[in-house]
Amino acid sequence: MNDIANIPNNNKAAKGGDSKDSISGEYTTLNLGPTHPATHGIFQNVLQMDGERIHSTEQTIGYIHRAFEKLAERRPYNQITPITDRLNYCSSPINNIGWQLTVEKLIQADIPKRVDYMRVIIMELARIADHIICNSVIGVDTGAMTGFLYIFQWREKIYELYEEACGTRLTTNVGRIGGFERDFSPTFHTKLKKFLKDFPQGLQEFSDLLERNRIFMDRVINCGPISAERALDYGFTGPNLRAAGVDYDVRVMNPYCSYNDFDFTIPLGTQGDTYDRFMVRQQEMWESLKIIKAAYENLPEGKYHADLPDFYLPPKDQVYNNMEALIYHFKIVMGEMKMPAGEVYHSVEGGNGELGYYLVSDGGRTPYRLHFRRPCFIYYQAYPEMIKGALLSDAILTMSSMNVIAGELDA
Amino acid sequence: MITIDNNYLKEQIASHLGKQLLHCEETYGMLCVETTKESIISLLQFLKEHSELQMSFLTTMCGIHYPDNKGKELGVTYHLHSLVNNIRVRIKIFFSEHDCVVPTATTLFDTANWMEREAFDFYGIKFEGHPNLKRILNVDHMNYHPLRKEYPLEDATRTDKDDHFFGR
Repeated sequence: MNDIANIPNNNKAAKGGDSKDSISGEYTTLNLGPTHPATHGIFQNVLQMDGERIHSTEQTIGYIHRAFEKLAERRPYNQITPITDRLNYCSSPINNIGWQLTVEKLIQADIPKRVDYMRVIIMELARIADHIICNSVIGVDTGAMTGFLYIFQWREKIYELYEEACGTRLTTNVGRIGGFERDFSPTFHTKLKKFLKDFPQGLQEFSDLLERNRIFMDRVINCGPISAERALDYGFTGPNLRAAGVDYDVRVMNPYCSYNDFDFTIPLGTQGDTYDRFMVRQQEMWESLKIIKAAYENLPEGKYHADLPDFYLPPKDQVYNNMEALIYHFKIVMGEMKMPAGEVYHSVEGGNGELGYYLVSDGGRTPYRLHFRRPCFIYYQAYPEMIKGALLSDAILTMSSMNVIAGELDA
Repeated sequence: MITIDNNYLKEQIASHLGKQLLHCEETYGMLCVETTKESIISLLQFLKEHSELQMSFLTTMCGIHYPDNKGKELGVTYHLHSLVNNIRVRIKIFFSEHDCVVPTATTLFDTANWMEREAFDFYGIKFEGHPNLKRILNVDHMNYHPLRKEYPLEDATRTDKDDHFFGR
């Protein structure tokens, strides 16, 4: 990342490249970002423009780098969950639960079925929220503001559900190692039932506005395409890879949280262009809805957390009246849990791809090393190739359809 | 019909690497092998182009630092995935921090580009042959590699956070 003041000195592209200045040179330099209203986050792209077409792109990232991997090396395992919130903040619960699953894999915890199903409900709600943001913003970037305004109220309903489940909305910190901090409240049940009843209509309304809309289709078909081979080579995962026609979904390939109990299909595209990415997300929302319905209807009875006294905080009334509980409470809060030494990689299907956690534990109170496999960090490097030769307005659209989230990109 | 599992993968890697296979174990269902930095590219290529295994997807790679392992302080971990056979492998290499030049994997995987830049940025591992090896998340004029263990997260001069009661 360059200091703003240093750009003219260090950055060859910013000077106009090829030793010619921007006016007399072959290409015009256009500095898109870092803070540009059309880029939905802090991304800098120094474009070399040939008229209205993009010749080459130089990307600069890291503007909101917060050193999560370093922070994680000083924090006890419980305290890392709030860090993961800030990765892909459009679907924080998936990040939280992915992290908890990683730790549970390391300690080989036995998780009750009810927890699995509760997690599936929360994670699929998060996926819908994530896709709502991405797809409605594609609409906005094509000039279709209405769809965005209509469907955003459903994201608000999902945030209300988060609020009922864990008390927070954006950076959720939902769940604990071993399960949830509390069971779904009666209000959650009421609101979820209402959501499941009403959301299909809202989603259908959004679909009707855009999916077969001639203007929209003309705008997004063949915009920013990528072939399946190139997508795999660039490490694409999630909806972007599936839009290119590769049916890789972590939920199916390496099921976690009892995802194999649910019947759902993986929507696939063929062209890997903006329209396919849009359509894959649209279809995934319907599939997520199906999964939530199935999980909610078959929600097993039982405890909302695993029996893990070393990791899961005891109930407050016991802490005040029971010596054992007080000791456990103290140890957990102070981060003095016994962790086995070992290495584990666990991945979940995040909102925009395979979200992986590579955790190295040396038996200490904090991870020895924690690496996040952030899907958009990996696939955003394909962006220059995808927009080469495209119009500037297509570049904006391609970026929003790739669902690049600055928090996750910069970790 | 060959069953593609960790045993088969282990045999294949062992026959390819021979004496260069330094360590091999299976943890939490994933095969984890250690080799030398000289043979890493040939191993990655072998696994990528293997007609049965087809481990052509580089899931992730990252650096790691063990300051107490003299001569093997720095390391790089690769995670390969076969989307056809749904099998993963973790490959590790370790080398001295005084000679941290590793051949680049960008010749095999385009996705390795930013991953290697990240490992360079945070650990100072130099990837020989990388097309554009410069810092990616930190500022260009930073003169250290922050994820190395010698850089404490908190200000080392602070005295108000003495927690030796907890054995730290």
